[in-house]
Amino acid sequence: MREEWTACLARMAETRDRALFARLFEHFAPRVKAYLIRLGMAPAQADELAQEAMLSVWRKAHLFNPGKANASTWIFTLARNLCIDRLRREKMPCYELDADMPDGDDRDAGEGAVISDRLAACIRRLPEAQAQVLYMSYYDGRSHSEIAEVLGIPLGSVKSRLRLAFDKLKAMWGESS
Amino acid sequence: MNIRHHLDDATLMAYAAGTLVPGMALLVACHLESCADCRDRLAQAEAVGGALLEELPPVALDSDNALASVLGLLDSEPPAAAAPAPLSGARAGGPAMPKVLAQHLDGRDFDALEWRSLAPGVKQIDLHPGGAGATRLLRFAPGVSVPHHSHRGNELTLVLRGSYNDEVGRFCAGDVADLDDQVAHQPLNDANEDCICLIATDAPLRFSGLMGRLVQPFIGM
Repeated sequence: MREEWTACLARMAETRDRALFARLFEHFAPRVKAYLIRLGMAPAQADELAQEAMLSVWRKAHLFNPGKANASTWIFTLARNLCIDRLRREKMPCYELDADMPDGDDRDAGEGAVISDRLAACIRRLPEAQAQVLYMSYYDGRSHSEIAEVLGIPLGSVKSRLRLAFDKLKAMWGESS
Repeated sequence: MNIRHHLDDATLMAYAAGTLVPGMALLVACHLESCADCRDRLAQAEAVGGALLEELPPVALDSDNALASVLGLLDSEPPAAAAPAPLSGARAGGPAMPKVLAQHLDGRDFDALEWRSLAPGVKQIDLHPGGAGATRLLRFAPGVSVPHHSHRGNELTLVLRGSYNDEVGRFCAGDVADLDDQVAHQPLNDANEDCICLIATDAPLRFSGLMGRLVQPFIGM
């Protein structure tokens, strides 16, 4: 259950318990490595970067907010940023909010996990054409223009397929609240 | 800030997937600072990434000792990161400057930057964040319009100060125009102060009309 990982990460952030870190490592490091390989990284480098990503999970755990993202989403963003920093040798530009600025509605962690499970099921049910552009974007790291070129379709069609897919996935949030 | 024009879902998905060219990612980050609506949709687009991460068949790490060696590093200090220069002042770069852009400009205000004149009433600064396409600050005076153009790829425009009008609508500070290759437009500054925009593309623009073709080599976009 994904819910469990979110609670585990939140507890690790609080208690700095290494046994919890070890559990997170065993689950996520091989998945982060798989993701980086899908993005086109050589396996040895993916291996090294997966370890680095897990190290930043430990170091940045105080920034984890279970009301904003579940564990897999947060770790996904850490791995993505590291990958961009490494490949482009520059920082992924990330927004920074003023400390006193409210940032939308916090969800409780359990709700986020339910959404994640449903989201995965919903992705599996997407029509082939929409799933294809989603995978090419998130897994292959291709830009929309590159996807248009590979598939031989207009840029606008790539974007509208992504929007259609996103509309279906966004409905998950509506249903659960 | 009352934002009426937002990022397209497809653009937020590309940012979430990490596939935007650096200049467009910078612009998206700038808009996100002031737009809770786009931050919510980004969280959803990133959740898609999280769900997809869980779907991948895991690939075992090379060494059985990987966990032990990372555990051994937990107490070590992170390498001295290139800490962002501390930006002085209540709001580095001025109130209209997103923080992530202020970092990029070393905290200088718009008026302290070296603007290059392109045409009467039009100035720009190339930001060179790397990658394909172009990223620049464009400043145009009241009553001035940018030459009519369309795009081969995508063009993002974020209004930082002032406002403009074009075929798409009226854009004020904080608004973002998220256009693809189907839209041709000619922004006109219809207010009484300079309009400053951050513009990022992932492919060269196509200017239409003689004036546009004449300035293209100078604008270099």
